[in-house]
Parts: sequence; C-alpha cells; structure tokens
Amino acid sequence: MLAQKGEAQGFDWRRLAGSMRGATGPLIGLILLCLYLSFATDKFLSVRNFLNILDQITVLGIMAVGMTWVILIGGIDLAVGSVMALAMMVLGWLNVTMGVPMGIAIPLALASAAVNGLIAGVLITRFNVPAFIATLAMMSITRGLANMITDGQQIIGFPAWFNTMAIVRYGGYLTLTVALMLAVFAIALIYQRYRHGGRVLYAIGGNPEVARLAGINVRRATVLVYVVCSFLAGLSGMVLAARLDSVQPSSGMSYELDAIAAVVIGGTSLSGGTGGVGGTIIGVLIIGVLRNGLNLLSVSPFMQQVIIGAVIVLAVMAETWKKRSR
Amino acid sequence: MTSLLSLNGIAKSYGPIRVLHGIDLDIRPGEVVALLGENGAGKSTLSNIISGTVQPGAGSMTFQGRAYAPASPREAMDAGVGMIHQELKLLPALSVAENIFVGRYPMKAGRLDRREMEARAQAGLERLGLDIAPDRVVEGLSTGRQQLIEIAKALTLNARLLILDEPTAALGGEETQLLFRQIERLKADGVGIIYISHRLDEIRQIADRIVVMRDGAKVQEFDRGDVPVRQIVEAMVGRSLERMFPTVPEPLPGVVLEVKALTGAPGTFQDVSFQVQRGEVFGIAGLMGAGRTELVRAITGADPVRSGEIRLNGDVLRLRDPSDAIRKGVVLVPEDRKLQGVVLDHSIAENIAYPSLKQVAQGGWLSSRRVTEFAEGLIGRFGVKGRAGQNAGELSGGNQQKVVLAKWLAKDPGVVVLDEPTRGIDVGARSSIYELIMELARKGVAVIVVSSDLEEVLGVSHRIMVMAQGRQAGILSRDQANDVAIMELATS
Repeated sequence: MLAQKGEAQGFDWRRLAGSMRGATGPLIGLILLCLYLSFATDKFLSVRNFLNILDQITVLGIMAVGMTWVILIGGIDLAVGSVMALAMMVLGWLNVTMGVPMGIAIPLALASAAVNGLIAGVLITRFNVPAFIATLAMMSITRGLANMITDGQQIIGFPAWFNTMAIVRYGGYLTLTVALMLAVFAIALIYQRYRHGGRVLYAIGGNPEVARLAGINVRRATVLVYVVCSFLAGLSGMVLAARLDSVQPSSGMSYELDAIAAVVIGGTSLSGGTGGVGGTIIGVLIIGVLRNGLNLLSVSPFMQQVIIGAVIVLAVMAETWKKRSR
Repeated sequence: MTSLLSLNGIAKSYGPIRVLHGIDLDIRPGEVVALLGENGAGKSTLSNIISGTVQPGAGSMTFQGRAYAPASPREAMDAGVGMIHQELKLLPALSVAENIFVGRYPMKAGRLDRREMEARAQAGLERLGLDIAPDRVVEGLSTGRQQLIEIAKALTLNARLLILDEPTAALGGEETQLLFRQIERLKADGVGIIYISHRLDEIRQIADRIVVMRDGAKVQEFDRGDVPVRQIVEAMVGRSLERMFPTVPEPLPGVVLEVKALTGAPGTFQDVSFQVQRGEVFGIAGLMGAGRTELVRAITGADPVRSGEIRLNGDVLRLRDPSDAIRKGVVLVPEDRKLQGVVLDHSIAENIAYPSLKQVAQGGWLSSRRVTEFAEGLIGRFGVKGRAGQNAGELSGGNQQKVVLAKWLAKDPGVVVLDEPTRGIDVGARSSIYELIMELARKGVAVIVVSSDLEEVLGVSHRIMVMAQGRQAGILSRDQANDVAIMELATS
C-alpha cells in the first residue's frame, strides 16, 4: 500500500514508481511482451510505432482510470461504454445540429455523462441497488437515449481543428489527445496517492464497515467515484469523437468490458481495496501493445480476442498464485 | 444402560491457547443432557468436535459402541449425529422437502424423484407431529417451525444423537413448548440429546442431567435437571485463577454521557437509561444476544436509534452516522476486530490514520511519509509490536486491538466505548489494555466496557449495567457487584 519510508525523498520518479507497487507482475509481463515483439517483428521497436500505440489507447486509457476507482471501492460500472456514446451524441447534436460552439458543447456533453454516474451512485447508496444491476440498467438507458437523439444516425461536420487534436503530433511527438490522456494519468496517480480523498477509496474498498466506523462518509465518496467514472467515460468519448471526426450512437459498444479487463490485468482486485491507477496504466499498455503486436504479426482479429481473453486469465491466475505463495 | 456417545479426554488448543482440557462425557440413549457455561467456556468447541466441524487435538470418542472420529459434519451426519445450529441454515426459497433433502436428493433414473422425496419428508415431519405440507416453501414459516424442520432434517438422516445449540433463542413461549413436546417424543424413541442453552428455567424443565463447563473444563455434573438456579450459577462462574487488574481510579464529578429511554430497531434493545461520569468506567454485562452490542453501536452512531435520547455534556446528540459521533468525541472500538476494526491487508500506519486522514493531510494533501510519521508516534505510545508499513493482518489479536485503540485515542475522545476489548487476546496483552482503559479514566474520559467476561467487567468497572433480552435488568455498584449477582440478573 504505502511505500516504505525513505524510498520517497522529494518528488521524483522513484516516488511515482511507488504507485506501481503491487503491479510488478503486470509490469514484468509488459516488458516481456515488448521484448518478444521486438524480436518477432522488425516494425515493433520504433518511436513511431510506440506513438501509434499511445494514440490507440487514449480512449481505453482515460475510461479505465475511472473504472479503476469504481473497482477499487468494490463496485463495478457496466454503463461506461453507453455513457461514452451518449456524451458523443450530445456533443454532436449541440455543436453540429444546434450550432453551439465547442467551448460550450464539450462541457455540456461531459456534464451529461457525469449525471449518469450521479444517478447510478444514488441508486447504489440510497436505494441499495447492487452496483451490477444499477449500472446494467444505466447501460441500457443511456444507450437508448444516445440512439434517440438522431434516431440511430451518425453526425458529421465538426470544426476542422477538432480532428487535428487527435492527428497532429505537436513537436513531432504528442497529439493533444495523448497529452490529455497522460494528464489524466498524472492527475489520477497524484490524487490517488497524495490526496485525502484518494486514500479514503482504499479504506472503503478494504472494508466499508471499518471505513464507516472510522467516520468516513462512505456514501458520498461512493457517489463521487461513480460521477468521476462517468465523467471520464464522457471525456474518452470526446477523444473518440476527435479521432473519428464524427459521432455515432453505436460507439463504445462493449468498451466497459475492455476497461474492466485493463483494470484486472493491472492487478486491481475485483473485491476492492488493493491495486490502483498505476497498475491500470500497465494493463492498458498491455492490451494496446498486444493488439498492436498481433496486428504487426498479422494475427486475425478473431484470434486476437482469444489471446486477450487468455491474457486476462493468466494475469489473474498469476496474482492469485503470488498471493498464495506469500 | 450403555452409552450412546462417550468422550474420552477430548482436548483442543488454538495455538498456545487451550480451549478444552480433557473432557470426559457420556450421553445415554433417550436422555437430554444440558450443557451449560458462560460464553467462552468451551461449549461450542465441544459441540463442534462432536458434530465433526472441528477436529480434537487429543482424546477419543465412541458412538454406539464404535470408535468415532468424524472428519467433517458430513461424516458425523452419516454416523447419526445431527447438529442444529443457533442460526438457521435453511434455504428460504426452496420447499420444505427440498430443504430436508438438499445435497442428497433421492434420485430415480438420473432425475430427482420428487414424489419419493416428499413422501419421506412427510414421514419425518409426522414423526415430529408437525402439520406442514412438504411442498410449501420455507419462507413465511415461523422461526419455531423452521427450527423443527431442521430437526426433521436431522431425523431423516437417522440421527441417534442431536445437538441443539440455543434452540429457543428465537422462539416464543408457545413455540418453546411445542419444541419441548417434540423433544419428549424423540427421547421416547431413544434419541440422545445435548441441549445448550442460557435459559436456566427451561433447563430445569427439559434436562435429565446437567453438565457445567468453565474455562474449557467440565467442572460439575448434576444427575438431575431440577437443580436450584443459584447452585448452577455458582458452578458456572466458579472461581478461576485471579487475574491482575489495575487499580480503578475514582470518577470525577460531572456527567458526560446520559442515555434516556433509548430504544433501537425491533428485536435489539429497548428502554435503556443510564449516566456515565467523567473518569468513570461503566461496564455492561449480559449474555450473548442481550442487546449490549446493539446498544453501544447505537450510542456511537453505527446503528439507528428508534426513540429516546442521548445527551453529551447536556446537549442532545443527533447521530445519523458514526462520523457524527466521532466529531463529538464519541468513539467505538468494535466487537469484531477483523470485520469492523482494521482493514487486514492495509498497513498499520494506514489503519491508524483512517479516522484522522483530514488532520494528517495538509490542505487535503497527504503523503505516505506523513501518514507513517503520524502513525509511528502512536505505535510507540501504545506499544504496538509492529512496523508502520506492516499489514495489520500479520499482527496478533492483541496488537491489532492496540492499533484500533491507537487510531481512536489519537483523536482525544471524550467517550470511549469498548465492545469486548480483550476477546481472543492473550493474558499479557490484556493487562496492557486494562492499563490503557485506566489511563483514559484518569484523564477524565468516560469509558464504557461491554464484556462477556465476568471477571473482566467486575475488575475494571465502577458500575455495571446488566442486560437481559434487550432490557436493562439492573445497575450494580462496584461493592454490590459479584459474579453471582450478575448472572442472576442476566438470566432473569
């Protein structure tokens, strides 16, 4: 959990690496995977390919941060894929159909996403609906709403600069969307590790009754976590809209499962209380590198699904095995 | 008459703690043997050994003339020993017959033979004189009837020995009489019964013999059931080894906590009133299920209050959540350390810091270094044997309890409530916890100690409130209080 004293002197990379504690297994897996792909294909090991991977994981990466916290407190959010689609459709409708400038449309779209988390959180904490059911219902409702906006049609015609955010590599390296993802990662890591509100999540996930008896407002924190998760799903929707330069209501189908997979591969326990964003970043990278590498190796998309499934099982088995041998 | 079951020198230890010392016991067919003792006397361990849930460390058993050493409840059942637990273990959505045969459904041609199952269930129910349709679902049946279904279940397994653990705890007077009539029937059939209960009046009615246990040993046996209550109680509390308690300081003037006609959720506690002064240690005694834990959880905001009021220094306390109580300086060291006190796979430092995260943080910023520094001082002050970064789960019970105490005392509370503060803690660590309690009292803190350990509650308290079946049975001052007086009130 907390790094040992002395390991951390001043704000440096070692300290940030401390957030990876507990994620050493996935990290080793990622390194081995990169080593293997470097030898198996000559196209893998290049700055250009690495930047490609970063571009490809932006949507999943941002979404998985929110999912990490939901799972960390012992919950689950099945609605993120649909919430993302809803936020995208709200953006398209406001900007393209209604002519609202992006500067207003984007915040409104993000707010429309966050509201879903608020509803799910209230259902879970006030009405004791299990998180699985509450978010399953939200998944269906938001997908329906996203479709209703245009009767299932896509929307195109965003301002030209919107798409360039996901394409132009400033300074030859970072697109704005990748920069956004990295900023989300950094803020999340710092929040989780150094803010009062972040440490509380571990207490709630570790044992909600202990947390409640310790005077922590478990209900409020739980609602906030679902709001943040939905907000980040909306944000990943903005990124996807920029990448595609269009929005359609069928976007984000089954993305919730990818996000859960990334969190689990990164070592956050589904029973809550252990893990964190550090591991999830590795989980996201593993999925990104794997997809990229399998494409380079010309493995069929169907076979890729099989392999990713196997990786999920392997990651969890390794974790369980490590725990037992301790 | 030959014995149905004989126990020969049955012993059991958990680590260095011996919970059973060489128990010899004989149960004959068709008799009811009452097994009595205080909480923690070893009754449950003994019945768990007989029913195969726990394996003995030493000794042997014979059942119906053959050596008997069940490795699992299943083996015990197959041999003819059935245990009916205090809390019901029926599946509410399934039918009565399905509950009776769950896991061993009669099969015909690879399919469940529903007709056979219901016929056999019917036979079992009739044997108990029960008029319940075997095809109705269990949900909606009264607790007493459910209890009898459990017994019917044991009977269809051809149980020759039944262990009933507090069977009347949830029963009303009429249901209890129904159960007793069934027990008479079973006795006539030659079934042996071990009957565990805290209600001494019903023991006199039903038992043929009484076995009293204390501190893991059999201390006395009565060859009849109608022994005067006082005599049983004296055997139960007895005089065990004198333990060392620190001197209890004089309370200071001024009432800190006042509870008036407090009533909790139905079935917990009702109409409780008492006051606690500054520097006073107020003990709460009673048997399991008397409502003590529920009462103190309500006082600390962990459970809702139905009516009545709690005053702190004269002001009415409105508690919706533990955080409200904590803000006012009323804290709870809960009964179940592992489930309510500490997060086992988080570090000692984190566990100590959880209630104080806001004050440890500066402007909301927190670092592991600051948490560690905060905790290290307290670890030293309370003598926790462990490093700040170590997981709480790696500590002994006593040290875990010190972690829980440390996290609360860091907040300088005015009222500290301790629920079973030394349960499962070895003797050495106990005295340091008593010492801490006295230190709090000397500082003027109002302390409430709930304990099932009579010696403990007598040793540390200025006054003792005894609870029985959700009500306060009386408050005894230090010079009035002794174990017999408490047990008499607790079983009233």
